Amino acid sequence: MTTHVQTTECPECDARVEFSRPPLCGEIARCGDCGVELEVTSASPLAVVVAPPVQEDWGE
Amino acid sequence: MRVAILHSRVRVEERLLVEACEARGMRAELVDVREAVFDLHDGSRWVEYDAVLERSVSQAAGLAAVTVLEGYGVRVVNTSGVIRTCGDKLATSVALVRAGVPTPRTRLAVSEVAALRAVEANGYPAVLKPAVGSWGRLLARVQDRDAAEAVIEHKATLGGPQHSVFYVQEHVEKPGRDLRVFVAGEDVFAGIVRGSEHWITNTARGGRAERLEVTKEIAEISRRAARAVGGGVLAIDLLEHPSRGLLVSEVNHTMEFRNSIGPTGVDIPGRIVEWAVHEAGAVTAGAGA
Repeated sequence: MTTHVQTTECPECDARVEFSRPPLCGEIARCGDCGVELEVTSASPLAVVVAPPVQEDWGE
Repeated sequence: MRVAILHSRVRVEERLLVEACEARGMRAELVDVREAVFDLHDGSRWVEYDAVLERSVSQAAGLAAVTVLEGYGVRVVNTSGVIRTCGDKLATSVALVRAGVPTPRTRLAVSEVAALRAVEANGYPAVLKPAVGSWGRLLARVQDRDAAEAVIEHKATLGGPQHSVFYVQEHVEKPGRDLRVFVAGEDVFAGIVRGSEHWITNTARGGRAERLEVTKEIAEISRRAARAVGGGVLAIDLLEHPSRGLLVSEVNHTMEFRNSIGPTGVDIPGRIVEWAVHEAGAVTAGAGA
């Protein structure tokens, strides 16, 4: 079985970011090069932004 | 059955919850709370869901949304009452103490002078925690009066309502680990041991997770803690006090579980979804009664 890898560029460092599974809008990924957290803002076409920083009320 | 997963970021957990719904033949829809507008007079879009799983990483956003959804009559896991209690360490402590559930000695103060008195009354080391927040953020263990004065002054200088409330807790000399137990209603279905060289053992802070053998005693205190905060699907954090035994330190209402599935071998997202199904069924049955 072949896996369709989707790629985009990290908005922070321009490195290639790969998604081995179909990305979901709102999904969080990490850039393998610079380590910044990215948020998927569009699944198709694939678009990411730097994820918002942790807020005081965030948690589980 | 149609389920909405209300989120503010899609983590591994939310993906697993979608997959757990689909594996059970249910339709799961990811709904970003940041994109939603809730018309308090018209909940027609929302009442079509049999259940909503609240998974917002922002506790304020999650609580606000759930409050409105419950107003529409939508069944939400967990309820606003549970979120309100678990999202606030002070409210959790009050609920636990009121229910007689063993918990570390906790004191509250709302001024710098009183905060120092609270720390000294608890004794050193003491832990200062923000009432709201998670993942071990902004916890401070103070070993002496100098450190306590410094932390209290820093908090007061930072300002804001959160830092003007001083939640002071006994430091428990745990054996390099704490316990986390997963509960759905009365069902205690999994547990992990979190170990760390650091006094904060949260897995979000690098703590290691291993399977916990859930004893009768662990199950019982976990059920009591869950009941005390209103029940639902919850993660109970326990500390092992050297002389007083198990103490409940926190109860989490939108728990993360990615690091707990492997060690426990339990389908945790599946159990959460099944609890949501159970709750939706309870509402349907109640509506016809």
